[in-house]
Amino acid sequence: MSRYLLRRLAFAIVTLLAVVTVTFFLVRLAPGGPFDGERRLPPDVEANLRAAYDLDQPVVVQYGRYLARLARGDLGPSFRQKDFSVNELIAMGLPISVGIGLAALSLALLLGVAGGTFAGLSRDGPRDRMLVLGATLGLALPPIVVAPVLVLVFAVTLGWFPAGGYATAKHFVLPAVTLALPYAAAFMRLTRGSVAEVLQRPHVVTARAKGLGPLRLVTRHVLPSALMPVVSFLGPAAAALLAGSMVIEEVFSLPGLGRYFVQGALNRDYTLVTGAVIVYAALVLAFNLLVDLGYARLDPRIRHA
Amino acid sequence: MREALLGSPLARVCCAVLALVALAAVIGPWLSPWAFDAVDWDAIDVAPSAAHWFGTDGVGRDLLVRTLTGARVSIAIAIAATLVSCLIGIPWGATAGYLGGPTDMTMMRVVDGLYALPFILLVILLVVLFGRNIVLLFVALGAVSWLDLARIVRGQTLAAKNEAYVEAARAMGVGTPGILARHIVPNVMGPAMVYATLTVPGVIIAESFLSFLGLGVQEPQTSWGVLIADGAREMRSSPWQLIFPASMLAMTLFALSVLADRLRDALDVRRPSARQALRRA
Repeated sequence: MSRYLLRRLAFAIVTLLAVVTVTFFLVRLAPGGPFDGERRLPPDVEANLRAAYDLDQPVVVQYGRYLARLARGDLGPSFRQKDFSVNELIAMGLPISVGIGLAALSLALLLGVAGGTFAGLSRDGPRDRMLVLGATLGLALPPIVVAPVLVLVFAVTLGWFPAGGYATAKHFVLPAVTLALPYAAAFMRLTRGSVAEVLQRPHVVTARAKGLGPLRLVTRHVLPSALMPVVSFLGPAAAALLAGSMVIEEVFSLPGLGRYFVQGALNRDYTLVTGAVIVYAALVLAFNLLVDLGYARLDPRIRHA
Repeated sequence: MREALLGSPLARVCCAVLALVALAAVIGPWLSPWAFDAVDWDAIDVAPSAAHWFGTDGVGRDLLVRTLTGARVSIAIAIAATLVSCLIGIPWGATAGYLGGPTDMTMMRVVDGLYALPFILLVILLVVLFGRNIVLLFVALGAVSWLDLARIVRGQTLAAKNEAYVEAARAMGVGTPGILARHIVPNVMGPAMVYATLTVPGVIIAESFLSFLGLGVQEPQTSWGVLIADGAREMRSSPWQLIFPASMLAMTLFALSVLADRLRDALDVRRPSARQALRRA
């Protein structure tokens, strides 16, 4: 167990380090700098600014200093928003992104597993066909289509929910639903397939032959094995959810991590962009690690491989 | 493959929809009396009518011809990006599969590592930092969508490399690059090309999102993403500006993904298809 864990951890750390390195050098390769403005700064002011942010040093030295600070959990000062450190900016944006992400993930799991079980139990029946068509639709439609249409219907026409902003819980309903739909569809497909497959297994056939009621049969015998693929999909789903939440934040103008990232990239705020990418990547890698661990607990064959 | 594309009523409808969209995109702008950037001063921001079937936008440009021109741009970028992903994914997968051993492991570990990252970040970074032009857009999109393809090609290569003709080539002294280029790649090309078509919807979605953010296609040139972004801003007063481009994009993506699922099943690629669909988001 511990060797498996260590190997996964080492892989995650190497990946994260690669991400840090690529992003760090990529933003510095690009034409244009953080202090380009409408007005040219006086040369000595610019020199002082560059010195304050270590930009006068060779890139390798900058990289070394950045890594040293990063090791202490410090993402540095923001280049463009003078009074804020990147840590502070990310601390403001992250709760919004994570909140929408978690709400969407729970909604997607609930809808997906319920719909998938239902469809898998009545495979190839009319209800199953409807659900499968719905799932294809949910997967095919991108948020940039779904979000404006939901706003048009539920905010502009019906007036049930606000169209943007983040003041109350009501503001989060449309973003969370938009984000959840494709994942609900994905979970539904996975659950449907594995429920239909588990129904054929001997232990389920036996339990059925013994006259077990449908509810007990599903909750005690079918779902525990049928949910394995759903668990393994949680990792990639969380990764895609984070990236997807960036789309949602733009569409619904929510000041989450994604907006800081886009804004930072547009302003050439080197430290903010690098910081946002690192936080994204670290979250995704951590989630994958957790899923690997959970999987290893559930399946002894992986643990001892 | 024929069965996958034409085997059910739904699949036939989807093929017809795609053919119609493609046809309309190719000849529609040419048949229309309006140019995509021509302003009709007598019809600014008007609802659908006999003169303008889809209505006009806020500066009086015909929305039908703009939607079809947008289709041209979106589809062309998707195809170009898919070609780029083939150029990376096919050699990568074939090399890893053919060489095997530690090389294979390292190369596939790189793919695993890349799978774990939210890619749209990297594309945004590239597009913002290195200028907003169409060439960079499809190169960047192609450069991040080759992972699935590399896996498929590696799998096919593992099967092909033990065939007698490969062994014969090796016995006759053909070097590794020669075997890869002349014997392996041509033989894995069929499934690889089918699989490559499956990445098209993903690229269309990514392109429309970037254009939606204002990072992709620039005015006066247009694409589905640009039109939907404009329409979303005007949806309170002129909902048709959102509804027509959005339903066109939705219809195309739906048809593409129905066919993609059927093709994937026909090829029996054993991976959760939901996972791929999500990587597009």
